[in-house]
Amino acid sequence: MISFILRRLGWMLITLWVVFTVSFFLMRAVPGGPYDSERALEPEIEANIKRQYNLDLPVHEQYWLRMKGMASGELGSSMKKDYTVNRLVREGLPVSAALGLLALAFAFSVGLVAGIVSAVFRGSVADVSLMSIATIGIALPNFVVAGFAIILFVFTLRWLPAAGWGSLDQLVLPALCLGAPYAAYVARISRTGMLDVLGQDFIRTARAKGASPFSVVVKHALPTALLPVVSFLGPAVAGILTGSPVIEQIFAIPGLGWHFVQSAIDKDYPIAMGLVLLYTTLLYSMNLIVDLLYGVLDPRVEWK
Amino acid sequence: MTTTPSRTKEIGVSLTQDAWRRLKKSWAAMTALWTLVAVVVLAFFTPLLPLQPPDRDLTRQMFAEPTLSPIWEDTFAFEAELVDQLDAEITEARSEFTAQREEFNQLRPPEASPEAIEEAARTVRRARANVDSLIQRPYADAGFPKLGPLARAMVRARYAVFGEWQLASVCGRDKLGRDLLSRIFWGARVSLIVGIVATLVSLVIGVSYGAISGYAGGWIDNLMMRIVDVLYSIPFVFLVIFIISVLSEDSVKEWLAGYGIDRITIFYFVVGAIYWLTMARVVRGQVVSLRNEQYVEAARSLGVSQGAIVFRHIVPNLLSIVLVYLTLTIPRVILFEAFLSFLGLGVEPPDVSWGLLANEGIQVITPVKTYWWLIVFPSLAIGSTLFALNFLGDGLRDAFDPRMKGR
Repeated sequence: MISFILRRLGWMLITLWVVFTVSFFLMRAVPGGPYDSERALEPEIEANIKRQYNLDLPVHEQYWLRMKGMASGELGSSMKKDYTVNRLVREGLPVSAALGLLALAFAFSVGLVAGIVSAVFRGSVADVSLMSIATIGIALPNFVVAGFAIILFVFTLRWLPAAGWGSLDQLVLPALCLGAPYAAYVARISRTGMLDVLGQDFIRTARAKGASPFSVVVKHALPTALLPVVSFLGPAVAGILTGSPVIEQIFAIPGLGWHFVQSAIDKDYPIAMGLVLLYTTLLYSMNLIVDLLYGVLDPRVEWK
Repeated sequence: MTTTPSRTKEIGVSLTQDAWRRLKKSWAAMTALWTLVAVVVLAFFTPLLPLQPPDRDLTRQMFAEPTLSPIWEDTFAFEAELVDQLDAEITEARSEFTAQREEFNQLRPPEASPEAIEEAARTVRRARANVDSLIQRPYADAGFPKLGPLARAMVRARYAVFGEWQLASVCGRDKLGRDLLSRIFWGARVSLIVGIVATLVSLVIGVSYGAISGYAGGWIDNLMMRIVDVLYSIPFVFLVIFIISVLSEDSVKEWLAGYGIDRITIFYFVVGAIYWLTMARVVRGQVVSLRNEQYVEAARSLGVSQGAIVFRHIVPNLLSIVLVYLTLTIPRVILFEAFLSFLGLGVEPPDVSWGLLANEGIQVITPVKTYWWLIVFPSLAIGSTLFALNFLGDGLRDAFDPRMKGR
């Protein structure tokens, strides 16, 4: 297991290096920079700025310096505003993480219940309607879902505030909208998994020995049916992390995704690059955790 | 009981035929299939339909509600005569363009300075833009986006048949007074094309990569799949935003436009570059199991080349997986385009796509007044199409499931 983790961490370093190199040269290859739109700078000032960002050095030295900086956790500083990526992360990551966790919790609880109900009552009205709702959840872009939710809950029912960040009731709607498509996926996956398990011999045995229908489903079938859902967890975490820019923008939440989009549109490349690297690290760690979790849940799985 | 040999020959049923038979029995999948056929046909023939031009703004009708009564204003003003009048000018502009391109091609780096080449390139680009704008002028005046030759012919045919008669704005009008119904139809063209082309790009990459990896086996296979693993853990959404915003820089855009590459083309390749990963994995798995089949053995012993075995004998057997994957990828790509349009990095006006429409609808939600039609109708269009695609994908997956064979 230790060697498995070590190998995966090695691959993570390679991945990070590839992403770093690609974005580094992409940034340098583009003629435009963050100062283009403004009026021409005095040569001395321009030289000063270039010196500050090490832009006066030869490319390979810049590359080396940047890489050393990244390796020591210094993710870079903005070329437009007076802050560093590290500060952005300190401020934005807790916000994004809170939103993501809540969305994930919602997606899994609602999705799992819906999936199990429709598998147990296969072919019933509940099954068909739940699965239709799930397909709609997958088919609609999440900003459209957010639009409908705002019209319904904010302007018509007046239950929740429209946007902002700080109190708990401001968190509910964005988390719902962010989690909705994942809830739909979880519902479909757990339904399929449950149907597979319910057809197996040990379930028939459990029924035959007189276990109650509830305990058959929850105690005997559920652990096995959960496996495909858990393997969906990795991509889901990734999706919820990367899917948040839209939701953060609609609900004016100062999370990381919002900062990222802003920096990409402002052409503030150091910020964008630092955040891409951060997301790669997060994503890789999440996938690793899910793989480890999978091995814990299913004794047949070996870490290789 | 003795059996008499039956005289009717046993007819083999191929997997595809069997799957098609099963698909036809599933009403949900068939409804989805016919819905999609209808959407595609309508989108294709949109220029023929008597809709209002999608880019014709009418500020007096801003945010007009859905109505069945025709508008009493002149919106469709297509001058068919102008097309003929401009013919001579277009020919002239074309010959100028050709001449300048010739001149440009004769410039060679040693003799000509880089500035001179850049200058010549700019002239060529300008000449080409001139030709384009002359061709598009009558249509642009009427309020159409940039049209291809086929769409232009269809607009002229529509003018010949319907004249200036047009449908009422049954879906209302947007913030510039443009007809929403027509924008949804025109948006369908862009959204569907984007979905289909980008998926095909990813398909070509994914199938080739997966098939080669699976067929080669050994360390090549290992290396190729490790690369896929590495690519999997890159947050592509962010990388794509990064790449597209880098390539949307004005100077880069101009340079790319010189090669006829616009943002949509970049989108095709970027999306193709993301979505091939799953395809490559799935195809590789299938190829590994097909590699040792007898017919592959037979082909090899006949001396068929490696490439021919992979692409003539193995790839056609991947049809079922590819088809299922295709119907499930197109909706994801359409959603992704909508996502980019939302961030302002997708389709650019005057073109419209469903994502752009939904985004416009979201932006005008205010506590004071909700222009519900701007959000409801585009969502209905996206929703029903993607709903149908998902249903068809599920139906196909069930139909191609070998465990269901013969049922």
